[in-house]
Amino acid sequence: MPDLTAKKKRPLWYNLSPLNLPLPGLVSIFHRVSGALLFLGLVWFLFLLDMSLASEAGFARFRAYVGHPLVKLSLLGFLWAYLHHFFAGIRYLFLDIDKGVGLPAARASSYAVLAVSLALTALLGMRLW
Amino acid sequence: MVERTIVGAHYGLSGWLAQRITAIVMALATLVMVCGIWSASPLTYAIWKSLFAKWWMWLSLSLFLLSVMLHAWVGVRDILMDYIKPTGIRLALEVVFLLALAYYTVWAMQILWRI
Repeated sequence: MPDLTAKKKRPLWYNLSPLNLPLPGLVSIFHRVSGALLFLGLVWFLFLLDMSLASEAGFARFRAYVGHPLVKLSLLGFLWAYLHHFFAGIRYLFLDIDKGVGLPAARASSYAVLAVSLALTALLGMRLW
Repeated sequence: MVERTIVGAHYGLSGWLAQRITAIVMALATLVMVCGIWSASPLTYAIWKSLFAKWWMWLSLSLFLLSVMLHAWVGVRDILMDYIKPTGIRLALEVVFLLALAYYTVWAMQILWRI
């Protein structure tokens, strides 16, 4: 029988720093952060799309603009945000229909989302460079 | 187990559903557009523009842009509801972001009509 008189140590201070989160939690907070980034970057994306399709001169300006190292770096960040949001989103769609909700499967798919989005960002980033 | 009385409106179901549907539409459109861009080379203005003028590219891009506005609205609203507690500030921010998305929608249409 449990000792009901034992004094519990209160309050409990949990370490909620993102680095201490389990993998599914990390995917979750990155999903939110990448979503916010994508929303903020949407205006930039429209700007780039508009410039590239507007005219011959616009297309040339677009190519020069995208060639700038700082722009490339930002594009890389945007690309990661998109890829992470994409793969994490697909994972959530499967969770919605009760696929992969067990702990081992949830951990494995979280790991896959983080790894695949980072690897694809690196791969596409190298191609863009 | 918490007893819940189910009365009233739709508890955000339409937003939840719209977020899922637009997500699937955007994922498919992304795959189509990536294939299109992958196959286009060398990347000159003429090829770039005629690529987007192809009906399946144009359809994918327009569905993508329309979906992204709806999807972003649901997401932005979720984030604001989670972190911005004072109703007045939250409402003000919601109006700002909603106006931004409305403006982006018009801008996106302008880009699409010009292709």
